[in-house]
Amino acid sequence: MSSQAEPKKRKRLRMRWHKQDTELTLLALPTTIWYILFSFLPMFGIIIAFKNFKISGGFLSNVFNSPWIGFKNFEFLFKSNDAWIIIRNTIGYNIVFIVLGIILPVLFAIMIGLLHSRKASKVYQTMMFLPYFLSWVVVSAVGWAFLSFDKGIVNQMLVSMGSDPINWYMEPKYWPFFLILLNVWKGLGYGMVIYLATITSIDSTYYEAAVIDGASIWQQTRFITLPMLKLVIVMMFILAVGRIFYTDFGLFYQVTRDSNSLFNVATTIDVMVYKQLKTATVGMASAAAFVQSVLGCATILAANWIVRRIDPDSAMM
Amino acid sequence: MTSKSTYQTGLEKFNRTNKAVNLLFNLIFILLALLCVIPVIVVLSISFSSEESIRETGYHLLPVAMSAEAYVYIIKQGTMILRALGVSALVTVVGTVLGVLLTASMGYVLSRPNYKLRGFLTWVVFIPMVFNGGLVSSYFINTNLLGLKDSIWALILPLAVSSFNVIICKTFFKSTIPDGLIESAEIDGASQLRIFFSIIMPISLPVIATIGLFLCFAYWNDWFQSMLYIDNQNLYSLQALLNSLMSNVDALAKNAASMGVSYAMLVATMPKESARMAVAILIVLPVAFAYPFFQKYFISGLTVGAVKG
Repeated sequence: MSSQAEPKKRKRLRMRWHKQDTELTLLALPTTIWYILFSFLPMFGIIIAFKNFKISGGFLSNVFNSPWIGFKNFEFLFKSNDAWIIIRNTIGYNIVFIVLGIILPVLFAIMIGLLHSRKASKVYQTMMFLPYFLSWVVVSAVGWAFLSFDKGIVNQMLVSMGSDPINWYMEPKYWPFFLILLNVWKGLGYGMVIYLATITSIDSTYYEAAVIDGASIWQQTRFITLPMLKLVIVMMFILAVGRIFYTDFGLFYQVTRDSNSLFNVATTIDVMVYKQLKTATVGMASAAAFVQSVLGCATILAANWIVRRIDPDSAMM
Repeated sequence: MTSKSTYQTGLEKFNRTNKAVNLLFNLIFILLALLCVIPVIVVLSISFSSEESIRETGYHLLPVAMSAEAYVYIIKQGTMILRALGVSALVTVVGTVLGVLLTASMGYVLSRPNYKLRGFLTWVVFIPMVFNGGLVSSYFINTNLLGLKDSIWALILPLAVSSFNVIICKTFFKSTIPDGLIESAEIDGASQLRIFFSIIMPISLPVIATIGLFLCFAYWNDWFQSMLYIDNQNLYSLQALLNSLMSNVDALAKNAASMGVSYAMLVATMPKESARMAVAILIVLPVAFAYPFFQKYFISGLTVGAVKG
């Protein structure tokens, strides 16, 4: 292959299949197979929501041979009282998480950016990032150390102050607070760092000009930092809304130690699907998973559509 | 960050919060930082408490009676725990290498502008970002069709690729690798495979490190795959082991009982409570020591991901 002939030849063959295309296809093949097995097969498997699926034997023969039952699984799902509790929990917690997940990280990112000592700011960031790297199983162990009935640190403090110990894992009224607190705790350092990255990328000449005009720190924050953050905030908000039908399974299942007393305050769609799958009530589980996938897809596409209208570069497609 | 820290003119000094506000902010952040670290310290202190003191007085912020019996137990008789450590390490290493290769190769292919199937493969990567089959159908396909039940591959394969990582790679290759470099290698007769392994991978270390880091943490911290697919205790990772110890702390004795000591005696004498927290420490310690060094890559990965290519 001579080097002069190459560009000409390339142009001529642009529309034709080239040796390079074969090589690139080979290179992409393993990942493509992965996508087919672990992403696309389950997408077609979703039809079991409309079937009376049995768990015995091979999967494919089961899918083809099990009888169609239309929307029966969905009827069961929505006739149970649980469905509404679960949807309420899923959306309710997510709304609180979205609001706090924006206000607190933005607030602390602005504050940490104003600290005089860069070194201190780095140390705080590193320490606050730690919970993000803990798995929910570890967080559950931490929670147990604090909330266990007979050995927990909190109950020991209560007793030493003269009040009665509380059986925390049996008392639903405290848990919305605990779950929200833990979610904020785990994500705060991460969110803060994301917003801080945007703040530090703001051109410093804006601030210089503002100082020369006599603007106070508060005015600089209000009229420079916040407006510059607006786009990122809107983006994070919309992306979070797009995932409003999905919850963090570990938070709601592990941290509550799957306590039955907490069913009403801690069961979300993901938790219910998992529990029913494990107890082999496939019908309802597959219907709930179907609802989650379809509504989730609709909200993600809607969110993406809105992102594209605001800022085409940030959209997924 | 750099522009601000190097910018040490009078203006920087003049334009900042007054000392009282700075002090207040520092106090707030000290409090927050402690809240984020204390839980780990509590777990550490329980793991170093003597079993007797836990049984009699419960958990404490600092150990009432210091003892390393949990760790001695793990080293001497904790075959189950050491085995789980091995499973965790194996899954993390194999998963990260496999995941990086699968992710980077797809990212590279998608970054080649003249590739004929680029449009098609872009859809293959994109569709799973908005739609998925959900837990139930994934579960049945992985267990009934792919036979991953009670297989170590169930812990590795499902987590290997994420479209988010593929897009980070594609963006990086597209924006940092000059076309001329690849074209000249093509003219010299190098195959695409050779170009990918001998040119692209070595010069893309920043993005490879970032993706590798994401994968490392994801594999090390994963417990959900074990919960779904692993019943065989010999295949428990540290996370899965801790998970089972949370519901039944006596499980630790089961395995050791076969080694000559009676089960009842072991349950009575072994440091169960502290050993459980020592397992948590085995999980947390490597992460807590590693991530401050890699934080930079981590954050750069998170911000690169926000830029679409």
